Amino acid sequence: MSLFISLTLNGEAREVSIDDPRVTLLDLLRERLALPGTKKGCDRGQCGACTVLVNGRRANACLMLAAGLDGAEITTIEGLARGEDLHPVQAAFIEHDGFQCGYCTPGQIMSAVGLIAEGDAGSDPERIREGMSGNICRCGAYHGITLAVQEASRRMAAKDEGGAA
Amino acid sequence: MSDTLSPEIRFGSNSGQPATRRDGLAKVTGVATFAADNTPEGLLHAVYAPAKIARGRVSHLDVAAAEAHPGVTHVITPQNRPELQGDPSGKPTMFSFRTEVLQDDTVRYAGQPIALVLGETLEAATEGARLLAPQYEVDPVRVALDDNTARGFDPGGFGLPGGASHGDVEAGHAVAARSIDVSYETAAQYHNAMETHAIVAQWDGDRLMLDMPSQALKVSCAGFAYFFGIPPENVTLRSPYIGGGFGSKAIPTGPQVLAILAARMTQRPVKLMFTRQQMFGPAGHRGATRQRLRLGVDENAALTVIDHEGLAETSTFDDFVEPAANASHDLYAAGALRASHRLVRLDVGTPGPMRAPGEASGSAALECAMDEMAEAAGMDPLEFRLHNYAETQPGTGRPYSSKALRECYAEGAARFGWEGRPLEPRQMRDADGLMTGWGMGTALFPCPMFAAEARATLRPDGTALFETSAVDMGQGAWTVLAQIAADSLGLTLDQVEFRAGHSALPDGGVAGGSAHTATAGGALHAAGGDVLRQLGELATADPQSPLYGAGNSSLVARHGWLLLEEDESRRERFADILARAGKTEMIGTGHGGRAPEAAGRHAMNSHGAVFAEVKVDPDLRQVRVTRLVGAFAAGRIINPRLTESQLMGGMIWGTSFALHEAARHDRRSGRIVNADFAGYHVPVNADVSGLEVITVHEDDPYVNALGIKGVGEIGIVGTVGAIGNAIWHATGKRVRHFPIRIADLLAP
Ligand code: FES
Ligand code: FES
Repeated sequence: MSLFISLTLNGEAREVSIDDPRVTLLDLLRERLALPGTKKGCDRGQCGACTVLVNGRRANACLMLAAGLDGAEITTIEGLARGEDLHPVQAAFIEHDGFQCGYCTPGQIMSAVGLIAEGDAGSDPERIREGMSGNICRCGAYHGITLAVQEASRRMAAKDEGGAA
Repeated sequence: MSDTLSPEIRFGSNSGQPATRRDGLAKVTGVATFAADNTPEGLLHAVYAPAKIARGRVSHLDVAAAEAHPGVTHVITPQNRPELQGDPSGKPTMFSFRTEVLQDDTVRYAGQPIALVLGETLEAATEGARLLAPQYEVDPVRVALDDNTARGFDPGGFGLPGGASHGDVEAGHAVAARSIDVSYETAAQYHNAMETHAIVAQWDGDRLMLDMPSQALKVSCAGFAYFFGIPPENVTLRSPYIGGGFGSKAIPTGPQVLAILAARMTQRPVKLMFTRQQMFGPAGHRGATRQRLRLGVDENAALTVIDHEGLAETSTFDDFVEPAANASHDLYAAGALRASHRLVRLDVGTPGPMRAPGEASGSAALECAMDEMAEAAGMDPLEFRLHNYAETQPGTGRPYSSKALRECYAEGAARFGWEGRPLEPRQMRDADGLMTGWGMGTALFPCPMFAAEARATLRPDGTALFETSAVDMGQGAWTVLAQIAADSLGLTLDQVEFRAGHSALPDGGVAGGSAHTATAGGALHAAGGDVLRQLGELATADPQSPLYGAGNSSLVARHGWLLLEEDESRRERFADILARAGKTEMIGTGHGGRAPEAAGRHAMNSHGAVFAEVKVDPDLRQVRVTRLVGAFAAGRIINPRLTESQLMGGMIWGTSFALHEAARHDRRSGRIVNADFAGYHVPVNADVSGLEVITVHEDDPYVNALGIKGVGEIGIVGTVGAIGNAIWHATGKRVRHFPIRIADLLAP
């Protein structure tokens, strides 16, 4: 009993077959669609390692059943860079050493992209820390993460203004 | 490229540079492949069922129900488990623990694997494992550290630490003008790397391919080979990226052995990934401790004695005793010292090394006790530590290979603004009325070295390939070791290809003991040196070389040239030396390790001083660490950017130890009641602010050829005590256990 859903996955329209109603978005990506960049850290919404953007908002992929996502637009870490060009958040994570082992990093970066899009953290470190607190980093790279999000947020705001001018 | 040597590039120019991570691009784009990201064709998923009791036996498993579930292919239990060639009680390697691999139906701790279910999908295998609905015969459990059953043991290396003593301890107690006798407890903690333990196992005849995070590739290969009766070289282990290890990923676990067994049985690739809950079971933990500290000082506040007794838990079937009391060995100049350990056997999984094993728990107690002693002596805690500063190693009188601890104290205190701290507690409030306290702690971590090998291959175009099976679990080995490798040949970082994380490479040793950079780095440095030696021999013996007749010892390498140190106009390109000798490459090999004679002459440690500010809500008693300044002296710093990250990560672990982490057992069932990230707290971003790291310059000519000491673990040490002491300073409450929670401060 297979069910088909339509997704826009990293900008590409896809018909995806769901072989089992229990499949989460996370296991769909990792085990069935060869997109293992999104990580599993707890499988129950407690760590943020699986953060992706669903219709532009951050979501824990481990908490979403794939079958319920017909028509959704999903962005994963693999879909963030434009070819060779890193997303500003990705570049800032490298520059500010916003990771150590890198396992929480795809989730941190997607969460940061979502946070910046939500628009209410700005570059205020206290609000960034709060807004990024759904993503656990066991290595403790928080200092670099906060700096990276701050910088990316500033750069993206500057670019937006530049674009508008 | 011009032939002119660019003046800013000197030998060793990569070391000391804050290069960004070479694996950074792969990690921020999601293409870095962690073990469980591999999904080979024909894969089966394995899920193990964990015991829900802590002691007894499994009396029934509903195997039929599991097997009947669509997609489930196999159910492996003690009744039908295929034979293993190695005895699970055996210890084939230094990192082997006695393992549960379904050898019988007994349960020795909650979370122990009691069956393995294979399925075509993860969903099927997961449901199959649930359907087993185990029934048990339950025996009474022991999960509390109980002094009554404590006993001594014969020390025996890894897991059974020796103590230490010097001077006359009883006399030290007797002559003390003031003494304290305090007991501190630390909770059981679980490593919980973000990447849970995982494995993808594939057999090809009697050859085994493993994708698995490992802190010790070659040792792991031998550890697994043992169970399957194959030579270690038949095992290939790929571990290019490790999602955090912290000591838990050097030791093969039972479920991983079972996954390999399942792959052999089914002749299909098998993937097994621990759930987060399963990380509180067979993958080791930092055992709980109770530590008694008796300190004494004379009239002049000089320590007459440090008497540190550690009580630690281990499992009923294997030994790993947290060497907490050993944290007192090398730190303060006490007239007499005794450090000793006893163990208690509990119905828990076997503990193991967890980031700063011994030092973290031991320092937590020692640094708080030092604070209590300073208080009793009426002295500022920093002044008290300086007053008892060990100029040479206590007991042996050996000199330290280097010890810039005084500078750490001074620079840390200055940056923090320690001066003017009121001696008495409960003296400071901030503008919002929050109770504010300042505390400090000393950090020490030894500088062990293990053994590692490396190979350097100079290529005809003057670039080089360096290889060693080193591992990057976040410390930055991909970057830092490449920097050391490049320096060894005087090349720039982009002229070096570096391969690591694969067991077919020369043995990179163990990523542990904060020794990996020094050890594997030492091997790479020696391998590069071996290439230079051979190049020098060729050039100086060749009349056509500008270096002909020059002594080999005065040659240096820079930017792809070999040149004479005292006359730099005499030089030749690596590529030309190779070409004229008719060689297409030149291979050098190197070993990293410490010569036994060097080990005896000096005491070798990294040092540091950590200063903490906490703010406590006067009504709610919520504690926030608002500032944390750590100053560390750890020999040569290869990469300041990555070093800062390591030290900060360690200090956050210290915060976690002090305020957050504790596995809590249900006393009746023996199960851990908070076995996930909702219940087992680790710091999140909002818990961390005001973090500052200072690295104090230190040249150490003795510790190893590169002068590297290691920074992976020392950040925790000192931090725990500093926070505990700051809480006392804010509230006047001396809480003698970790973590310190709101309830501890609310109680009258
Ligand atoms: S894996 Fe989804 S929140 Fe942890
Ligand atoms: S970088 Fe390792 S968990 Fe965040």
